[in-house]
Amino acid sequence: MTAISERAAPLARPARRFSRSWLGLAPFFLFAIFFIGAPVTYLVLGSFQNNEGQTTLQNYADLATPSIANAFLITIEVSLVTAVVGGIFGFLLAYAVILGGLPRVLRDALMTFSGVASNFAGVPLALAFIFTLGQLGMVTVFLKNFGIDPYASGFTIYSKLGLELVYLYFQFPLMVLIIAPAIDGLRPEWREAAENMGASSRQYWQRVALPILFPTLLGTMILLFGNAFGAQATAYQLTSGLIPLVPLLIGNQIAGDVLHNPGLGYAMAMGMVAIMGISIAIYTLLQRRAERWRR
Amino acid sequence: MKRRRGSIAWWLVFLLGVLYFFLPLVATLDFSLKAKPPFAAYTSSLQDPKFLGSLLYSLVIAGVTITASLALIVPTAYWVQLRVPRARSLVEFVTLLPFVIPAVVLVFGLIRVYSRPPLPFTHTDIGSSALLVAGYIVLSLPYMYRAVDTGLRSIDIRSLTEAAQSMGAGWLTILWRVILPNLRVALLSGAFLTLAIVLGEFTIANFLARPAFGPYLNLLSQSKAYEPAAVSLISFGLTWLAMIAIAFLGRDTRTRIEIGGAH
Repeated sequence: MTAISERAAPLARPARRFSRSWLGLAPFFLFAIFFIGAPVTYLVLGSFQNNEGQTTLQNYADLATPSIANAFLITIEVSLVTAVVGGIFGFLLAYAVILGGLPRVLRDALMTFSGVASNFAGVPLALAFIFTLGQLGMVTVFLKNFGIDPYASGFTIYSKLGLELVYLYFQFPLMVLIIAPAIDGLRPEWREAAENMGASSRQYWQRVALPILFPTLLGTMILLFGNAFGAQATAYQLTSGLIPLVPLLIGNQIAGDVLHNPGLGYAMAMGMVAIMGISIAIYTLLQRRAERWRR
Repeated sequence: MKRRRGSIAWWLVFLLGVLYFFLPLVATLDFSLKAKPPFAAYTSSLQDPKFLGSLLYSLVIAGVTITASLALIVPTAYWVQLRVPRARSLVEFVTLLPFVIPAVVLVFGLIRVYSRPPLPFTHTDIGSSALLVAGYIVLSLPYMYRAVDTGLRSIDIRSLTEAAQSMGAGWLTILWRVILPNLRVALLSGAFLTLAIVLGEFTIANFLARPAFGPYLNLLSQSKAYEPAAVSLISFGLTWLAMIAIAFLGRDTRTRIEIGGAH
C-alpha cells in the first residue's frame, strides 16, 4: 500500500506542489504589486491619456517641447560628465591604493570612506558644498586671500558646473567600491606572462589589463550615469530649481500640475524610467561579460 | 627609480581624493563653529524639539521599515531557495526594480494611487507614514534581498529545515528559531544600510509631507545660518556610524560592497 502510494505520489505532486509552493511567495508579490506595480501602472496608463481622458500618444510627442527636451539634455549631460570624470578618478584612486605601492592601511581607509561618501548625499551634501564653495565658503574665501575670486570669473556652486562638483562626491566613491574587486582580480601571472614575452608596462596595460577591465569600467560608468540621473534631493537643495533637471521637473509636477497636463508629467516620469532601465540593462550585460575573467 | 616616480604620482592622486573627501566636511565644521559663542549651533540644534522630533521620527520609521522588510524578505528568500528555485530570477528582477524606478518617480505614482478612494492613505498622518514605510521598503529591497540571499547561501538551510521538521517544528518556528539566528550578520548589515538610507532620505518624505530628518534639515537651511552646518555634520556622523557598524560586522567574512541609494 505505502509503496504504491509513494510511487503514485510523484505523478500527482508536481502540479499541486507547484501552485502551493508559489503561494509561499504571495506576500512578496502582493507587496510588489501594491507598491511598485500599481504606482508604475498608474503612471504608464496616465502617460497615454490626454486631459479629456482619451487615449493618445501626444504626451510622448510633447516630450520634444523645448523646455522638457532641454531638461532631459541637461540631466543627461550632468550625469554623463559626472559618470566619466567620477569613473576615471575613482579608477585612478582605487588603482593607487591597490597597485600604486601605497601602504595597505590607506586602502582599508579608502574603502571605508567610500562606503560612507557614496551613501552621503542629498540635503546635507548640498549644504556641505555650499559651506565649501558658496560665496562665503571656506575654499572661496581661502582663494580670495590669494587674489583669486572664483565668483568674479563667473563660477557659482549653484550652476551646472557646481552641481557636477557636488555629484562627484558620491560618484567616484561608488566607482572605487565597484572597481576595486576588479583591479584585485588582475592576476599577477598575467603581468608576469606579458613581461616574460617582453611586453613593456604600457603594452601590458594596452593589450592585457585594460581589455580585461574594460567591460567593468564601462559598465560601472553607466551605473554611475543612472545614479546621477535618478538623483533628486541633492539638486533640489542646491539649486532650488534654477537648473531644470528632469527629477526636479517631476517634483514640481507632484507638488502641483505646473505643466497643466498630468499626462505629460507621467510621460516625463516614463522617459526617466526608460533611461534608467536602459543603463541598468547595459550594466548587467557588461557585468556578465566581465564575469568571464573571474574564476 | 621608475617605480618610485610612479608611486609619487599615486600619492598625489590619493591626496586629491583625501582633499575631496574632507574639504567639504572641514568647511562645514568650520562654518558650524562660527556661531557665537562656540558650539552655540550645536547646543541650539540639540535643544530644538523639532531636531529631536524629526530624528526620532526617522529612527522609528527606520525601525518599522527594517522589521517589515525583513518579515517580507527572509521568508521569501528562504522559500525561493528551498522550494521554488525557478522563481529566483523573477524575484531577483523585482528586487532590482528600485534601481530602474527612481525615488521621485516612485513617490509620484504612490501619491497618485493612494491619495484617493478606495485607498486614501495620504489623507491621514498614519496612512502617510505607512506609505512612507512602504516606499522605504521598496528602496531597501535590492540591499536587503542581496544581504539575506547571500546569508542563506552560506548556511545549509535544507539540512537545518529537515532537522527542525523531524523534531516537529512548524514553518514559523523554523524561520524564527533556526534560520533567523543563523543569518544574524547578514540581517544586521542589511539593517544598518537601510538605517543609513532612511536617515538621509529626503525625496519621498518631502513629497509625503512627513516630519522626517531630511525635510527638517531642508527647512532649517532656509531659516537658520549655522545650525544647518551642525545638523549636516551630525547627519554625516550617523551615516558614518552605520557604515562602521557594517564594516565591523563584516570583518570576519569577505569585505562586501555596500552601496546605498538615496541621492
